[in-house]
Amino acid sequence: MIRFDYTRPGDIDAAIRSGTPVDAAYLAGGTNLVDLMKENVARPLKVVDINRLPLTGITELGDGGLRLGALVTNSQTAYNEQVQRRYPVVASAILAGASPQLRNAATNGGNINQRTRCYYFYDTDTPCNKRQPGQGCGAIGGFTRIHAILGASEQCIATHPSDLCVALAALEAKVQVTGPDGDREIAFAEYHRLPGDEPWADNTLRPGELVTAIDLPPKGFATNYTYLKLRDRRSYAFALVSIAVGLRLEEGKIAEARIAMGGVAHKPWRRREAEELLVEREPGHASFDEAARALLAGAVGQGANDFKIELGRRGIIRALAQAAAGTPQSQTDKRIA
Amino acid sequence: MNAPQKVGIGTPLSRVDGVAKVTGTAKYAAEYRVPDMLYGVTVVSAIAKGRIVTLNEEAARAVPGVIDIISHLNRPKHAWFNRSWKDELKIPGEPFKAFHDDRIQFAAQPIAVVVAKTFEAARFAATLVDVKYETEPHNIDFETSLAEKFMPGVGHRRNTYHPPKDHGDAERAFGEAPLQHAAEYHLAVEHQMQMEMHASTVHWHGDGTVTIYDKVQGSQTSKELVASAFGLGEKNVRVVNAFVGGGFGGALRPQWQLHVATMAAIHLQRSVRVVMTRSQMFSHAHRPECTYQIRLGAAADGKLVAVLGDATTSTSRFESNMEDIVTWGMMNYACSNIQGSYAIAPRDTYTSADMRAPGAATGMTLFEIAIDELAYKAGADPLAFRLLNYSDIDNMNRKPFTSKALREACHEGAERFGWAKRSPEPRSMKEGRELIGWGVATGLWEANFMKTSASAKLSADGHLEVASAASDIGTGTYTVMVQVAADTLGLLPESITARLGDSDLPTAPVEGGSWGAASTGAAVQLACQTIAKKLLKAAGGVEGRPFHDVSSIDELEFAGGYMIRRGDPTRRVGLLDAMRAGGLDVIEAQETASPGIGGMISLATKARNTHSAVFVEARVDEELDQVRITRVVIAVAAGRIINPKTARSQILGGVVMGIGMALHEETAPDKTLGKWINHSFGEYHVPAHADIEDIEVIFVDEPDPEVTPLGVKGLGEIGIVSVAAAVVNAIYHATGKRVRSLPVTVDKLLAV
Ligand SMILES: Cc1cc2nc3c(=O)[nH]c(=O)nc-3n(C[C@H](O)[C@H](O)[C@H](O)COP(=O)(O)OP(=O)(O)OC[C@H]3O[C@@H](n4cnc5c(N)ncnc54)[C@H](O)[C@@H]3O)c2cc1C
Ligand code: SF4
Repeated sequence: MIRFDYTRPGDIDAAIRSGTPVDAAYLAGGTNLVDLMKENVARPLKVVDINRLPLTGITELGDGGLRLGALVTNSQTAYNEQVQRRYPVVASAILAGASPQLRNAATNGGNINQRTRCYYFYDTDTPCNKRQPGQGCGAIGGFTRIHAILGASEQCIATHPSDLCVALAALEAKVQVTGPDGDREIAFAEYHRLPGDEPWADNTLRPGELVTAIDLPPKGFATNYTYLKLRDRRSYAFALVSIAVGLRLEEGKIAEARIAMGGVAHKPWRRREAEELLVEREPGHASFDEAARALLAGAVGQGANDFKIELGRRGIIRALAQAAAGTPQSQTDKRIA
Repeated sequence: MNAPQKVGIGTPLSRVDGVAKVTGTAKYAAEYRVPDMLYGVTVVSAIAKGRIVTLNEEAARAVPGVIDIISHLNRPKHAWFNRSWKDELKIPGEPFKAFHDDRIQFAAQPIAVVVAKTFEAARFAATLVDVKYETEPHNIDFETSLAEKFMPGVGHRRNTYHPPKDHGDAERAFGEAPLQHAAEYHLAVEHQMQMEMHASTVHWHGDGTVTIYDKVQGSQTSKELVASAFGLGEKNVRVVNAFVGGGFGGALRPQWQLHVATMAAIHLQRSVRVVMTRSQMFSHAHRPECTYQIRLGAAADGKLVAVLGDATTSTSRFESNMEDIVTWGMMNYACSNIQGSYAIAPRDTYTSADMRAPGAATGMTLFEIAIDELAYKAGADPLAFRLLNYSDIDNMNRKPFTSKALREACHEGAERFGWAKRSPEPRSMKEGRELIGWGVATGLWEANFMKTSASAKLSADGHLEVASAASDIGTGTYTVMVQVAADTLGLLPESITARLGDSDLPTAPVEGGSWGAASTGAAVQLACQTIAKKLLKAAGGVEGRPFHDVSSIDELEFAGGYMIRRGDPTRRVGLLDAMRAGGLDVIEAQETASPGIGGMISLATKARNTHSAVFVEARVDEELDQVRITRVVIAVAAGRIINPKTARSQILGGVVMGIGMALHEETAPDKTLGKWINHSFGEYHVPAHADIEDIEVIFVDEPDPEVTPLGVKGLGEIGIVSVAAAVVNAIYHATGKRVRSLPVTVDKLLAV
């Protein structure tokens, strides 16, 4: 772990001033940043603790949506009455991840900014373009069980590990940020990025920008939804493949569909074409399979993760079936319904 | 007058150290505070093989608080001769000596230690040590290493190794058998991954003596190593391991942090602590990878006519670790044509090591998958098939057992599990989207006994202390010692203290091989019996001389603080009254339990083993291949059970670890870099609570006065053996998919 300066500003402007230099990092729950500092992967010279900032509320928005403060913990969010009632897919995705202790510490802003779990990224004795631009990618040609099958580049094949983000992608949440150049709103699909030639950048935040809130739009798909997470053990493991689904059914037909996948790409994976294939169709294996194939079109394995393509296809079909039947995956009874 | 109730052997006493553990007063090696202690953080090698060319320490030394950096360049002298690197479980070859020279033999090899006034300074400075290497080609791929496999010659084998003994003509019998099964089985590398990281706190007293708090499964093995390899001398070294946060074999051999901490302390003449990081825990001991070719032949009626096994396990290039893999299958079933071969394959990793039930957890488990496959080929119920081929003797060594209640275990386990309701066809049981399968396997392990000493000291205030240099690696040794002492002298557990985990105490072997309870228990019993004899003598002075006609303690019952004449409970003397009558303030005794002549004869002529029958229910999602292990019943035949509560816990832990072996645990190599790549608890998976559902443990009645003095066989390891086979067999019964490579991860099921 590196030596660093520590500040705990009381207002947002001061936080941004401290957080803008390239060698600064915001500290929220610390469950990811501190781990990475201990592994000597993150080496910020200035740690800006944002826990005193007024970003801790869950508030209703004028348009009927719900605003989740960046510093609201994952647990507070998952057990919030409004979130549970109106956005159960968000609550479910959070509860599918990590452990109660971690969720109590982890914040919403930290969750969407958590970094990949790529083994090589974590091990400073291996090459990694994300950690050290230009070093090469240790994972390519290495052990790739947890790596991407979609949207990868020749520079990086990492996945984004968050469960919450998969649900947020499906709901088309918006990320509110503020920074040296003022406030902006980023559509969730634009928030994370594919690795391309700049694998070091996980997302589109600019230097010094701070996430202040995540806005959930009015449509919560609270009746027909699911979050299905398939992993190497039944709790406390990152997703090999996960699927968030929201459906709107009208007279037995699918009027609107959202499908997002986790564990397969550098960002939650969505494709409108796949969702549109379901519209006006009756829920059923055939239409689900078509949608699954469309969402996974072009998927390529790296060897050890080849299985994710087939597991993903089957998982999407199951998740759509769970959502259509109104029997979402329980996150307490880990049996897959 | 009735004899008072007593707490003793067979009582489900709660752990005597339980409160200390849950309240944090039990201290582990890295938790001792010693005055003026320095903190060492180890720098490990980034490459798998080669040489250190330069070690640039400038930036690291400039960090405030850094005292020194020790490496092969400036380390204190350590022994040149391999034989001076003492180790009770020595493995033939050249033992790893930290900082010996500039050679790198495996990835994450310790190469330097940064010592500082604070842990934080040491940790930061350690990241600044700049090492330049000259790399050499390495190989850590098991498949590739098989090209170099070999069998060490006699004299170069581990002394724990038992060569397979062939009988009959197995090749021919197999060739002619109407029913044949041949397949290759595989087990991935697992790491022991105890909760407690390896740590050594060296207290430098300044007068030439040191006390070392070490994470190890035997204080005296660390003491001998340090005394001899670093020239400190036997009488100057004391090693304490009063509490050990799990061992599983990973701490049977003193680990490299002990070398590093000791060298730093000697170099600086100061107290130093070195703790491995979780990631560094992956740099040393691990269960070897194994490939096992099994061929089985049976007659049309299902009776085995041929058992052939050829196995290879992994080791390092510098030591030849060996396990018994193929022998278990040859021992367990009645079969007249058996043949086995075994080899080891070297690769550029640290030496593989014993891990819970070494050899059997691999060899017996994989064999029990093959037996299951043959049972299906024979159209037989897998349990009935095993009973059909039941052997009353050790089939390989052709020796009778001191006891073998496996048949009873099979019946009792089956009864409890409801095996009779099993539908024989694979894929024939289903509920909702889950296919249900029931699998069985039988387990086999050794019942060992090791020479062990213990002392006992009874004070006039009625307090008894029993002590031995044994270790309690979570197995319940403290509790066993208290119970045996309570049983022998009829005292309450509250008035007894057990001491262990200190090299100054009477000699005991490292804790492993499930010999702890039987051996330490026997030694404690002997010491307490000697106290009893002294009490009887002292009782001669008691008024009325109630024991005037008693010549041996065998004629007495000890209970409720009294010695009582057997058959005449009115004739009794309080232990403390006897001491007073004899004018004794304290009675002390020290005894050594060893097999004795009768025991040696029995050892030569009889097999001594524990057995188990494991029944597993697996539920597998038909499309998603997600596996749940919803029910396990394990029936264990392990002689006399000293403490049903701690015994059950041992078996539960073994079963959980077996489920991990079946479904989760796997250390993955990166072949290009030559290192284990998933070296964290985030990515090295052991079962979580959600993975574990109902587990029921049954102990089968198995009186066995011959196996060990207390009739105890030990339980630390039998619980893991063959559990993974029962899981694999249950998954097959559920799905019709046979996976022959452990762990059974989702990708393997999808691929079938
Ligand atoms: C053992 C383990 C298991 C886990 N399992 C799962 C799992 O199964 N599923 C899952 O989804 N997650 C899992 N996690 C990850 C966990 O969800 C994240 O660590 C957590 O959400 C991060 O939140 P935090 O508040 O602690 O962030 P921090 O660690 O404080 O910060 C994380 C990153 O976000 C940045 N950041 C924080 N807040 C802001 C902000 N407001 N604006 C801009 N940048 C910000 C920080 O600078 C840092 O780079 C696991 C973590 C661990 C340690
Ligand atoms: S996949 Fe990305 S994060 Fe992983 S080693 Fe390659 S560049 Fe680094």
